[in-house]
Amino acid sequence: MSEPVKLSVVQVGKTFKGNDGPVTAIESISLDIPQNQFVSIVGTSGCGKSTLLNMIGGLDEATTGHILIDGEPVRGPGRDRGFVFQSYSLFEWMTVEGNIRFALEKSALSKPEKQELVAHFVNAVGLSGFQNAYPKQLSGGMRQRVAIARALVYQPAILLMDEPFGALDAQTRGMMQELLLTVWENHRVTVLFVTHDVDEAIFLADRVVVLASRPGRVKKDMMIDLARSRTPNVLTDPTFAHYKREILADIREETLKVMSLERI
Amino acid sequence: MMHRKTLLRLRKDIPEPIFRLSGFLIPLLLLAIWAGVTWLGLVRPLFLPSPWSVIGEGVRQLREGILLEDASVSIYRIIVGWLAATVVAVPLGILMGNYRLMEGLFEPLISTVRYMPVVALIPLSILWAGIGDVQKILILFLGTFFQQALMIMDNVKNIDINLIRAGQTLGFSDGEILRRIVLPAAMPGIWDTFRITIGWTWTYLVVAELVAANAGLGRRIMDAQRYLATDTILFGILFIGLLGLLTDYLFKRAGRSLFTWSSQTR
Repeated sequence: MSEPVKLSVVQVGKTFKGNDGPVTAIESISLDIPQNQFVSIVGTSGCGKSTLLNMIGGLDEATTGHILIDGEPVRGPGRDRGFVFQSYSLFEWMTVEGNIRFALEKSALSKPEKQELVAHFVNAVGLSGFQNAYPKQLSGGMRQRVAIARALVYQPAILLMDEPFGALDAQTRGMMQELLLTVWENHRVTVLFVTHDVDEAIFLADRVVVLASRPGRVKKDMMIDLARSRTPNVLTDPTFAHYKREILADIREETLKVMSLERI
Repeated sequence: MMHRKTLLRLRKDIPEPIFRLSGFLIPLLLLAIWAGVTWLGLVRPLFLPSPWSVIGEGVRQLREGILLEDASVSIYRIIVGWLAATVVAVPLGILMGNYRLMEGLFEPLISTVRYMPVVALIPLSILWAGIGDVQKILILFLGTFFQQALMIMDNVKNIDINLIRAGQTLGFSDGEILRRIVLPAAMPGIWDTFRITIGWTWTYLVVAELVAANAGLGRRIMDAQRYLATDTILFGILFIGLLGLLTDYLFKRAGRSLFTWSSQTR
């Protein structure tokens, strides 16, 4: 990738106050992420992947190190980053369109421009005809599509996704992965995608970062050399299997380590 | 056997008419026992007047215009007292639910005060607020506000934290997030709190009208006590219960149509 670095994570560490003294969630993580790269972050639970994402999103503060976007340190949340949460987190009292439009409220665009963008993204995530539906009336997959549209409509440079498809059933999850890739190919942004599903991580990403647990640090940083646009056929590709084997071995090692620590 | 099986199953629905009618069963049974006991003369009317004499008392109050006057005075006090509590409790509850400092400042105080007996505050309330309507409303306020503020704090805390985070990533200020995200998201829960707390306001009515009131449903009951007019007392209690039931119903209906969007709405 010859793209300039968009996001730098520089020796970032995070320590929480635990019941018996401080707990180091993340020891030290450093990552340079070029513009428009799709990065998946995988790891066992407790490896600090969500914490890392929250810190990049400015929702949580790093204990040590710093996070730079275009060379500028992150100080709190901002409109250069979009966030998609596992819990959908839609505004239930607003319609699909209302939810997406709400994200544009702080932008300087004119009303017709906003309306056009909203319509465009409703369409892009395949929700035409549901503009006036309320989240309650939608399935989990459809709700998450609203959340994706809401996070993309104001055109942030970085999209942060925290296990966005974790609550969906396997079939819906597959469809959502494809949809996300289609949307991303048409609206290139830098994506950080946290998941514990290895297939999902490889299928979507240009690069998979495996985090080690307790304390969290980078265990493996691996480029995924699979042609785009990808279809589910790639899942049975030998190269795919090779990546998967390596990542699974790493995760297994980490899991065993954590289990022995906990003496299960 | 068949009915037992179909009507008593864990968490299963039963036919709507049966569900609705079942609510009348026990009151009707109690009424029947009451009527039987008094009709057979098992209890002296002074201790338990018959249902018909209680109804007769109601008719008398209605004819003489007392009932309407009492009810309107009391309803006015309930509404003003409850609204006064609500107007303060909603913003305070929202602040307490979202700023740890606010919670730290107010929660211990409110949690203590809410255990203090409102009845015991009557003498002070008279000193501070006189013997007019203001004193009655103050008592209703004190009986409602503290519980309400704590419940609204809980309602607010129960919303999905990621809604706030979404608001932050979208560039909204703290104030905007509280008003435009936290408040509407918590509103269905807050509405339930409204419904429950106005019930408590009703129960404080008699306390509020204990001293220096010349009209009101609570006043009527306290006066009747002096003359041992047990039929007046019973009628007053039942009538307050009925108005409470009506209030509850109105809140439920309004809530259902206001929050059709809520996934928690039944």
